[in-house]
Amino acid sequence: MLRTRCIPCLLLDGARLVKTVRFRQPTYVGDPINAVRIFNDKEVDEIAVLDITAHRRAEPQFELISQIASECFMPMCYGGGVRSIQQMQRLFQSGVEKVAVNTAAVADPALVTGAAERFGSQSIVVAVDVKKTWLGGYAVHTHGGRTRTQWDPVAYAREMEKRGAGEFFLNSMDRDGTGEGFDLELIRRVTQAVSIPVIACGGAGKIEDLAAAVKKGGASAVAAGSLFVFHGPHRAVLITYPERRTLEQQLD
Amino acid sequence: MLLVIDYQMGNVGSILNMLKKIGCPARVSRDPQEIRQAEKLILPGVGAFDAGMRNLSDLGLIEVLNARVRQDRTPLLGICLGMQLFSRRSEEGVLPGLGWIEAETKAFSFAGTDQRLKIPHMGWNTVAIKPGEALFEPMPPDPRFYFVHSYHVVCAHAEHVAAVTHYGIDFCSALRCGNICGVQFHPEKSHKYGMQLLANFCRADG
Repeated sequence: MLRTRCIPCLLLDGARLVKTVRFRQPTYVGDPINAVRIFNDKEVDEIAVLDITAHRRAEPQFELISQIASECFMPMCYGGGVRSIQQMQRLFQSGVEKVAVNTAAVADPALVTGAAERFGSQSIVVAVDVKKTWLGGYAVHTHGGRTRTQWDPVAYAREMEKRGAGEFFLNSMDRDGTGEGFDLELIRRVTQAVSIPVIACGGAGKIEDLAAAVKKGGASAVAAGSLFVFHGPHRAVLITYPERRTLEQQLD
Repeated sequence: MLLVIDYQMGNVGSILNMLKKIGCPARVSRDPQEIRQAEKLILPGVGAFDAGMRNLSDLGLIEVLNARVRQDRTPLLGICLGMQLFSRRSEEGVLPGLGWIEAETKAFSFAGTDQRLKIPHMGWNTVAIKPGEALFEPMPPDPRFYFVHSYHVVCAHAEHVAAVTHYGIDFCSALRCGNICGVQFHPEKSHKYGMQLLANFCRADG
């Protein structure tokens, strides 16, 4: 049977790996190549590498991404500052399987269609950062969470599915790095609206949270940062990943 | 020398990375002369069936591949689309395939069934191996591999099916017909079992 994927989500700040809380306070957690090697040994299902400082550069850090990809013997998704088909082409050539677009997909939805036609939907992920509004609704944010858009995540997910996105990476800004558990209401709303796989991210503090995102939220895959890079109440840096049997019991 | 055929259908970087990791020297080429001299061939591929056949044709590789695979019996491993191209035709396109094995490539279709399965079949799934299949030695009875595909190969002869995977239906996830092997999954992205499989292919006696 097809297994539910559990994906460590690593954040790049320059050439450093960091972890944020609610998109702030980036804490240094180590060297990306080293971290990927450890995740390799643990045979993780897939890995997502998101560059949260990519907006400061004209281009993604191709050299570093290529180095990371060459250490990945599992599928790797890269996101951060991707704005063009040419950049995607370069990323795929370096050994990346999936490219995530976030801000560029809001600004230029035709990019998603063009990319899906060129590279296949399965390799195009639309990543979205969502924050609760004062009125209890949700709003899609861009530019690393700094800019609020008029998009509701459900309408946006439908639009991106229509445009050719192969997967929807749904990140809760409110839960990021908190370990409070996923925003199941948000996940449920989006998974009920689209038929492409939804990857839930933001808030996982324990394995049971991952199970809830799948079983209660309907997510096709789960992603987490803090859960796999911190350990204990003082958030000591320790790269971990659940045993395969534990994951199968919890997620399948 | 092992040669990975680069016919501009998806990147070959991941395959080279893993071959390097397991210590199997390999070259990448689309030069017919180099293909003529290779001891073993890998035909990778991500993308559409017709685009794959068109590229092989435009690059002038079909004749040399036919000679190497059918006459010289050069060991060949097809990966994903590469394996599908071995078949006679595909529901994905109109161009004929390489036709090296009696098989057709068909679309997953769950319409009219009560199964709500997503297409493409993407993620990790287990593979039930035909006993004694050398590509999978030594592995547990149901190793897991990474899949991404919307079409699958249907062999006319059961003896060519080297492994089966379940996704709504049981489909052929690996095939073998003499010197020709194919896998529907991506060994280059499948951790230790992927490494084992590629190492088995590289190290087997011609």
